[in-house]
Amino acid sequence: MLKIDRATYDAIVTHAKKDHPDEACGIVAGPEGSDTPTRFVPMVNAAGSPTFYEFDSQELLALYKEMDKSDEEPVVIYHSHTATEAYPSRTDIRLASEPNAHYVLVSTREHGNSEGPVEFRSFRIVDGEVTEEEVSVVES
Amino acid sequence: MAIDVRIPTILRTYTGGEKVVSGEGSTLAALIDNLESNHPGIKERLIDGSELRRFVNVYVNDEDVRFTGSLETKLDDGDEVVVLPAVAGGSAAMVQVARG
Repeated sequence: MLKIDRATYDAIVTHAKKDHPDEACGIVAGPEGSDTPTRFVPMVNAAGSPTFYEFDSQELLALYKEMDKSDEEPVVIYHSHTATEAYPSRTDIRLASEPNAHYVLVSTREHGNSEGPVEFRSFRIVDGEVTEEEVSVVES
Repeated sequence: MAIDVRIPTILRTYTGGEKVVSGEGSTLAALIDNLESNHPGIKERLIDGSELRRFVNVYVNDEDVRFTGSLETKLDDGDEVVVLPAVAGGSAAMVQVARG
């Protein structure tokens, strides 16, 4: 199960809506081993694409160095799908490389940049195998 | 000549869980061959044919090797090498991604 606080949940949704129709991406870091996402880090989608995302290579390095320094790890890795469901694509599955992370998918296909609900789902992706998990939003 | 190499979580199965391993080589290609001799299997995860894999980033002293000669990047004693898998994905099929 992914436990995530309301403020972080809302920040992910806001980012996804803002970047629609391009895919938005980022992480939520947390203390190593805690399984608790605490530090929201929106990233630039270097691909700038409605069907693909990739963290910029230099920003990726800076992010991991910062996490290493503070004994953090990527607890959540999120991105949006803007025309399809909030479920990992074959590309997502092939490129997933953090076996300990919760992969959050948000779909903005219904309301785009406008107000309105989004699909918000979380998955484990390990060795090409996808397991959906419950999302529990903790009211802050 | 010793070069520290930071290994990402997903490749630590090859290094007995070690985050940082030591290697040798005067180029990135030579270093990867040296890593392979101590950590069999790791090379295939970094290299596809004769090229660095598209979704593996390697940095030497904070510089992405794609801008410094890729596998031919020269290494010196004390250099720091970081390996990070790209954080990437999306709704497009891989074929489109490779072409794009």
